[in-house]
Amino acid sequence: MLEKRKDQNNMKQFYNFIIKEFYHIFRDRKTLIILLGMPMAQIIIFGFALTNEVKNAQITIVNQSNSPNSIKLVQKIESSKYFEVYNQSTKTDDIERMFKKGTIKLALVIPSDFDNTIIAQNKAQLQIIADATDPNLATTVTNYLSIIINDFQNDINQNKTIPYKIVVETRMLYNPQLKGAYNFVPGVMAMVLLLVCTMMTSLTVVKEKELGNMEILLASPVNPLIIIFAKAVPYLLLSIVNIITILLLSYYVLGVPINGSLTLLFAVSILFILVSLSLGLLISTLTDTQQSAMFISLIVMFLPTVMFSGFIFPIENMPIPMQIISNIIPAKWYYIIVKSVMIKGGGITLIWKEVLVLTFMMTFLFSVAIKKFKIRLS
Amino acid sequence: MENKVIVVEKLSKSFNDFKAVDEISFEVSKGEIFGFLGANGAGKTTAMKMLCGLSIPSSGKAMVAGFDVYEDNESIKKNIGYMSQKFSLYEDLTIKENIKFYAGIYGISPSVIKEKTTKLLGQLSLEKEADMLVGQLPLGWKQKLAFSVAIFHDPQIVFLDEPTGGVDPITRRDFWTLIYEAAAKGITVFVTTHYMDEAEYCDRVSIMVDGKIDALDTPVNLKKSFNVKTMDEVFLHIARKAQRSE
Amino acid sequence: MSPLIYILQKEFKQIFRNPAILKVIFIMPVIQLILLPLAADYEIKNINIAILDRDHSATSSKLVNKITSSNYFKLVSYGANYDQAMEKIENDKADLILELPRNFEADLYKHKETKILLAVNAINGVKANIGAVYLNTIIQSYNNEFRNTIITPSRFNEIPLIEISTANWYNAKMNYKIFMVPGILVLLITMIALNLSSINIVREKELGTIEQINVTPIKKYHFLLGKLIPFWIIGMIVITIGLFIAWLVYGIIPLGAYVTIYVFAAVYLLVILGIGLLISTYAENQQQSMLVSFFLLMIFILMGGLYTSIDSMPQWAQWITKLNPVAYFIEVMRRVVLKGSGLADIQKPLYIMLLYAFIINYWAVLSYKKRS
Repeated sequence: MLEKRKDQNNMKQFYNFIIKEFYHIFRDRKTLIILLGMPMAQIIIFGFALTNEVKNAQITIVNQSNSPNSIKLVQKIESSKYFEVYNQSTKTDDIERMFKKGTIKLALVIPSDFDNTIIAQNKAQLQIIADATDPNLATTVTNYLSIIINDFQNDINQNKTIPYKIVVETRMLYNPQLKGAYNFVPGVMAMVLLLVCTMMTSLTVVKEKELGNMEILLASPVNPLIIIFAKAVPYLLLSIVNIITILLLSYYVLGVPINGSLTLLFAVSILFILVSLSLGLLISTLTDTQQSAMFISLIVMFLPTVMFSGFIFPIENMPIPMQIISNIIPAKWYYIIVKSVMIKGGGITLIWKEVLVLTFMMTFLFSVAIKKFKIRLS
Repeated sequence: MENKVIVVEKLSKSFNDFKAVDEISFEVSKGEIFGFLGANGAGKTTAMKMLCGLSIPSSGKAMVAGFDVYEDNESIKKNIGYMSQKFSLYEDLTIKENIKFYAGIYGISPSVIKEKTTKLLGQLSLEKEADMLVGQLPLGWKQKLAFSVAIFHDPQIVFLDEPTGGVDPITRRDFWTLIYEAAAKGITVFVTTHYMDEAEYCDRVSIMVDGKIDALDTPVNLKKSFNVKTMDEVFLHIARKAQRSE
Repeated sequence: MSPLIYILQKEFKQIFRNPAILKVIFIMPVIQLILLPLAADYEIKNINIAILDRDHSATSSKLVNKITSSNYFKLVSYGANYDQAMEKIENDKADLILELPRNFEADLYKHKETKILLAVNAINGVKANIGAVYLNTIIQSYNNEFRNTIITPSRFNEIPLIEISTANWYNAKMNYKIFMVPGILVLLITMIALNLSSINIVREKELGTIEQINVTPIKKYHFLLGKLIPFWIIGMIVITIGLFIAWLVYGIIPLGAYVTIYVFAAVYLLVILGIGLLISTYAENQQQSMLVSFFLLMIFILMGGLYTSIDSMPQWAQWITKLNPVAYFIEVMRRVVLKGSGLADIQKPLYIMLLYAFIINYWAVLSYKKRS
């Protein structure tokens, strides 16, 4: 009978503390606005701005021929959305200077005998010079330009077709327009949740320690664990609000599809939130000042997430030891799940492995955090 | 007019609709120990912050150390000292480093700083702890040290905001000894407190209730007028009318 | 002695007595510079391809051979079942599916043209694009080989052919590390500088020590300079450490002069620290300043041109980039390190940063109020 009473009492206390924490958060208007507004701003900015598509790449054309065909080629390039002709000239001297100033990514040199050789020998040479500081970009723009040139070749060969041609018909799956947002939105979701849950939770708990209020709380008859978990709960709810806004924004504004089950997506997100919250609680046991809590969050949470989640750097390209490390980063698993569910439209059968991993992580982190708290408080 | 170091006329401070300080008026003479009493939330700290140049008044006039709080705020700061509830010495600096820092900001020359520091440490019997981090000192010592740092540059007035919070009675007595010494040197002491027994130590006290000054006189006169024996009882009489409390 | 000297003494002592800060300043750069570039390998390799060869002819086998023997592709499935292949894509085990139809060889000989189907997992646009490009290159190359076995090439081509020669400048080996390491160094400096400066003043607000400062006759700009200078010095030290590690671990030596980097870094730090101070003056507590710095960092970094190209961004985003100091420094770093640009070449970004630094810091001084 007493046991039941005690449990009821504990629940009531828990509830009271949660309400108190909510008050704290709502009174700090500025922080609240940041917590709710920033993720929205980020999704929109990143969704629209971040793209790996190549557009408007600055190119300079050195046209030493000025023949009708060469001008046709230049026009074709100008009208392509991939390129923006920075300038044209007849000398190659300026190319290096422009590369150094960073004004162009690519240079095309049309030799003076362009038309002659085409007419006389049915052969011509063109030179593409790419700024390979970004190798992937160089490869991509070089290829785009090559495609345009090949197209041009077909144009002047209207009557004659090249025999024995293998034509490749390409279909882009899941993301036909190659929109960057498909790749980024799941990643930004992970980062935002991590930020709000892990960092904010750890900061809130540590703040009490730093300002000296922790002792007051510890002196009260309430189970200190209740106090601490009560701090995490409001962030759980805030994060859910954040997920909803992010999903709404990405669906309606960015056009990212939600091909899979919304319920599944939410359930999995909540799982990830719980993992992040436990991580935040764990971090708060490690330090006494907010500044250190922030630095630890940065080093232990943010940076590894950026590195190993797979959303910015491709995991499969990393040296094997790092690929192994990437497995302990919760965001990596969440990122895979979101992509699978949101964009590929997969169900639980596709993601059960990853869900299991996250569940395990949550249980593990939670128990370690509790244990550490118990030690510290005694 | 004898040396009036603080002259306040209908000074007010409002936060949106809330009038924290409501048209208070008073004067303080040089060398006085002036107690600014009141319950928590009465407006003492807000009023004091206006006089120290930490907060702009909403209306009214005030002159501190001969300077106007609106026009010559920075000149006031050169002539006053301040010690807040939280003591505000840097916990991660040593005693000597704290003294050197604050003294330096007030423009005291390095040689004078060195000399006065040695003297001060001797007076407080803290010679051995000179290079200890302030954070490691017990509360009472921090308090005395903070006061000494506040008057290190021999200001005209020193403002103390609840300086004896959380300290045992003996240390509080010690602290007040320091205050007497400062007053004897001609430094005016303006101290806020909610410890009514400390009111007995002051030359004159004012009692704030709900943003207004409800009483202003020497402790002796106040006790007589209410026909009571202690300042505690004086306060109870006055504060019963209070509607605000923290 | 000027009050500034006293403030600097105090600030330096506080910084060096804080073990957390020291760890961050010295250990973090080392670890990150060593680990991050290892992770930041964008070279597209290990593309997993599932091939459905419904033809099983000599021609198709030769094509498949050519693909699998290239270094770019890893064959993960060679079956005849489309569903199996799709499953591989769904499980992220395959990036591309190439389907060679049943009459591949026959059509090629008879109709002189044949179609093959390529399905690409385009969620990661870059990988998809480049993977498709590589595959197309291999197929084209095979196509030419095939054509040449049937038609003997003559001096006069029947069809005009344009030969393209490509040259890659500045990074002939297409080494991604040389591209990423300078950029990562910029990120590092930015993170450290912004965090240190944005928390600092707010911390004093929260602890109450700032009142004691405000009540003294100290001048605003002395106080703020006292906060700026120590972190500026630390920033320059971190850059030095970073450049040293870049040389030691990756063998990266700038083509341009170290001096150029330092000059720009000196101005850049003023901008970042100024932004941190500005945040500090507006924030009411450490949580707020940390949140704002964090979010700002995320935006600066992701839109800084390290991860995606700025040219590809829509116009309005490119305008935002003009306000992004990180973008400037990354660009300058790369130019100096990879192209050997000198002070004259980076004049424009340098002047912009100077203006930026002035405006931001002036704003910070204005917004810091000793009296509320």
